[in-house]
Amino acid sequence: MLTLDRNLLHRFGLLLVILIVGLALSVSTDAFLSVANLTNVARQVSINGILAVGVTFVLLTAGVDLSLGSVVALSGVACATFAHPGEYSVFVPLAIGLLTGAACGLLNGVLVTRGGVAPFIVTLGMMTIARGLALILSGGRPVANMSNELTALAGDIWGVPIPVLCFAGVAITAWFFLKNFRLGRHIYAVGGNENAARAAGVPVERVKLFAYGLCGLLTGLAGVVLAARITTGQPNAGQAYELDAIAAVVIGGTSLSGGVGTITGTLLGVLLIGVINNGLDLMGVSSYYQAVIKGVIIVGAVWLDRRQARS
Amino acid sequence: MGENGAGKSTLMKVLAGLYRPDGGHVEWRGVHADFVSPHDALVAGIAMIHQELMPIPDLTVAENITLGCEPCSSFGRIDRAAQLSQAHALLGELESDIDPSRLMRTLTVAQTQVVEIAKALGRNADIILMDEPTAALSDQEVAALFRTIARLKTRGVAIVYTTHKMDEVFRLADRISVLRDGSLVGTAPATELNPSKLIAMMVGRELAAVFPSRQSHSDEVILEVAGLTREPAYRDVTFQVRRGEVVALAGLMGAGRTEVVSAIYGLQPASGGQICFKGRTLSILSPQDALAVGIGMVTEDRKGLGLIPDLGVGQNMTLTALRDFSRGPLLDHGAESKAVASRMTEFAVKASAPSQPISQLSGGNQQKALLARCLLGEPDLIILDEPTRGIDIGAKAEIYALIQQLARAGKAILLVSSELPEVLSLAHRIVVLRRGSVSATLDATSTDQETVLRHAMPL
Repeated sequence: MLTLDRNLLHRFGLLLVILIVGLALSVSTDAFLSVANLTNVARQVSINGILAVGVTFVLLTAGVDLSLGSVVALSGVACATFAHPGEYSVFVPLAIGLLTGAACGLLNGVLVTRGGVAPFIVTLGMMTIARGLALILSGGRPVANMSNELTALAGDIWGVPIPVLCFAGVAITAWFFLKNFRLGRHIYAVGGNENAARAAGVPVERVKLFAYGLCGLLTGLAGVVLAARITTGQPNAGQAYELDAIAAVVIGGTSLSGGVGTITGTLLGVLLIGVINNGLDLMGVSSYYQAVIKGVIIVGAVWLDRRQARS
Repeated sequence: MGENGAGKSTLMKVLAGLYRPDGGHVEWRGVHADFVSPHDALVAGIAMIHQELMPIPDLTVAENITLGCEPCSSFGRIDRAAQLSQAHALLGELESDIDPSRLMRTLTVAQTQVVEIAKALGRNADIILMDEPTAALSDQEVAALFRTIARLKTRGVAIVYTTHKMDEVFRLADRISVLRDGSLVGTAPATELNPSKLIAMMVGRELAAVFPSRQSHSDEVILEVAGLTREPAYRDVTFQVRRGEVVALAGLMGAGRTEVVSAIYGLQPASGGQICFKGRTLSILSPQDALAVGIGMVTEDRKGLGLIPDLGVGQNMTLTALRDFSRGPLLDHGAESKAVASRMTEFAVKASAPSQPISQLSGGNQQKALLARCLLGEPDLIILDEPTRGIDIGAKAEIYALIQQLARAGKAILLVSSELPEVLSLAHRIVVLRRGSVSATLDATSTDQETVLRHAMPL
C-alpha cells in the first residue's frame, strides 16, 4: 500500500507543480493559455515524449541509453535518403527509419547482454557510432527534397498534430504493456533484482534485449517524425536529446537503479519539461539562461522527490 | 550462545552502533550511551568483528586494517610506512604471516577473517565484540586467536564472544549468557555449566513438539546425482532422492552444500558429473532449465537471489509461475490475485495487502512468500537451502509442517540445513559433506547429532 500511496502522491505532486507553473504562465503571459500555444506545446513535447517512453523501458531494467540523440539523427537521415519524391512508396522510408532505430537498439542490447559490457559504455559508443554513420550516409549535408507524403507526417488530422497522436499512441500502448503483459512484469523484476529474477526463471537476457530493442524502435520513430517536421534528414539533429528524455523519466519517478517507475510518471515529467521550455520562451528568457534554469529544475525536482521518499 | 536466529548477531550490532534498539538502552561506563553509528561506538571503545566478512577487496591488507584510522603525517597525508608497520604488528600478534601489502582480493576466506580480527584489535577498544570469529579459521589460526584473547584479557580488555562451538565456549568464557528466540534465557559462570545443561538452555523444551512426524516414502528415485564435481568447492558427490523422501545435506560452513544444490538448480553448473532427473540425464545450465523439468529451489541468500524488493508480495509469489496466470502474453490479473489471496492464507503470510513491497515484511513472512513462489511452479523436486535461517520459531514450525506435508504429497525434498535437530527430525536420510566430499550417508532414524558432527568435522 505504501508504494501505491507514494506513487499517487508523487504523481499528484507532479501534476500540481505542472498546474501551478501553467497557472503562473497564464497570469504572467497572454500567449500561454491559448489553443494555438497549447497545441504548440503538445507538438514540441511529442518527440521528447516518444524518446522518454522508450528509455523508460531501459531505465526500468536498471540500464541506460545515451545514444538516443544520435540514433534520432541516423534514423532521420536514413529515412530522408529513401524519401525523395516519386522514388518509393511512403512506407519504405518510414520502415527504414524505424528499422534503423531498432537495429541500433538491438545492437546495444546484444552488447549489454551477451558482451557483458556496462550499458553506459555500450550506449556511449553507440552515441558516437550512430552520429558518425549519420554524417557518412549524408555526406555531412542535410538530406533534403523529401516527398510531401512523408512530410505530411508532421501535419494535422482534424486539427490534432500527427506527432502528438504518435506520442499519445506510444504512451498508451506502453502503459498497457507494462501493466498487462507478462514481459512488462518481467521488466520490473529484472530491474528490481536481476539475480533474483534469473533464479526465479525469468529470461533476463531476452527481457533486456527487448527493452533496448523497443527503445531503439521508438527512437527510430522519433527520428522519422523529426525529419518530417524539419523536412530534411539532419545529421546533426538530436544533440543531447537523450538528456531531456532521461531527465523527464527521472522527474517522473523512475529510479535510475531500476525496478521502479511508471509511464504515467514519464508522461508528467515530459509535460513539466515542455511547459517550462514553453514558458521560458514566452517570457523571452535567453536560451543561455534557459539551459541553466532547466538544469536547476531537473535536479531540484528529483532531489525533492527523493527527500520525500526517505521521510 | 544461542541457536541460529536467537538474536545474538542483532544484539551485538546494537551494541556496536549498527542498529538502533526499539527500546531499552545501553549503559557504558555508568552513563546512557546512544550510539547512532559504528563510528560512535568505536570512539567510545567498542569494536566488533563481524560474522559476515566485509573487506574492501581492492585495497591492501594494511589499508583495510587501518581503514578509518589511518596514521597521518603532515597535511593529512597517509603515512604508508607507519600503516604497513602497524598492520604488520597486529598480524604478528595473531601469529599470521600475511604480507600487509597484498591486495585483499587475493586472500583466502580464512586469511580475510584473520585480517578482520587484526582490524578490530587495532582499534585499541576496551570491549571487542566477536561474532563467530572462527567460522572460517583453521585449528592453528584458532589457537593463535585464543592466545591473543588471553593476552587481551590480562590487559583488561573485555570480550563478548559469540559462537556455535561448544568446546570454544568452555575454553574461553568466564560467563555464559544464552539467548533463545530473542530473549535472554539466563547467565551463569562457565564453571557452573556443562555442555548438556547449555544445550537444554539453548533448545528449550518445546522444540521436540515442533517437529511433526516423518512419513514413509516410495522407492521411485527422482533425482540421482553421480560424481558431481566443481573444484575446489566439491568433488565426486553422489546421492539419490526418492519421491516423498526428505534428504538432508549436512556439513559445516564452507563444506560445499550450497554449491552442490546450486549446481542442481543451474545457478552455478558443475564442471563434471551427472544429474539424472526422473530417469533422464540432463544438462542444467540455468534456473530456467531446472524449472522447466520440475526442479524448484528456495535460496539461502534471500536478499541476493530471492526477493525483488520493490515488487509486491503477490507479484513476488507469482514470478516463477507467471505463465500459469497469463492468457497468451497477457497477464490474467483475476487469476493471479485469486491465487495470491489463497496462498497468502494457506501460508499465513502476514502483509497489509498483496501489493505491499516484500522488502517491508519480516524475514519469516518473506521466506514463506518465497516458498509459495517455488511451490506455485509445481516442482517435483524442491531444494530448500537453509529454509529456517533467521526466522522466528513460529514461522519455523510452519515451515517444518509444510516440508512434511510436501513429502507426503509425493514431492522429493533436498534440504540443506546447519541446524542439526532440524536435519535429524525432518530428514529420512542425511548426506554429510566434509570439505567438498561426501563423508557419510546416514539413516536419520538411527543416528544422532554426535555421529553427524563426527562425519562433518575435518579430521
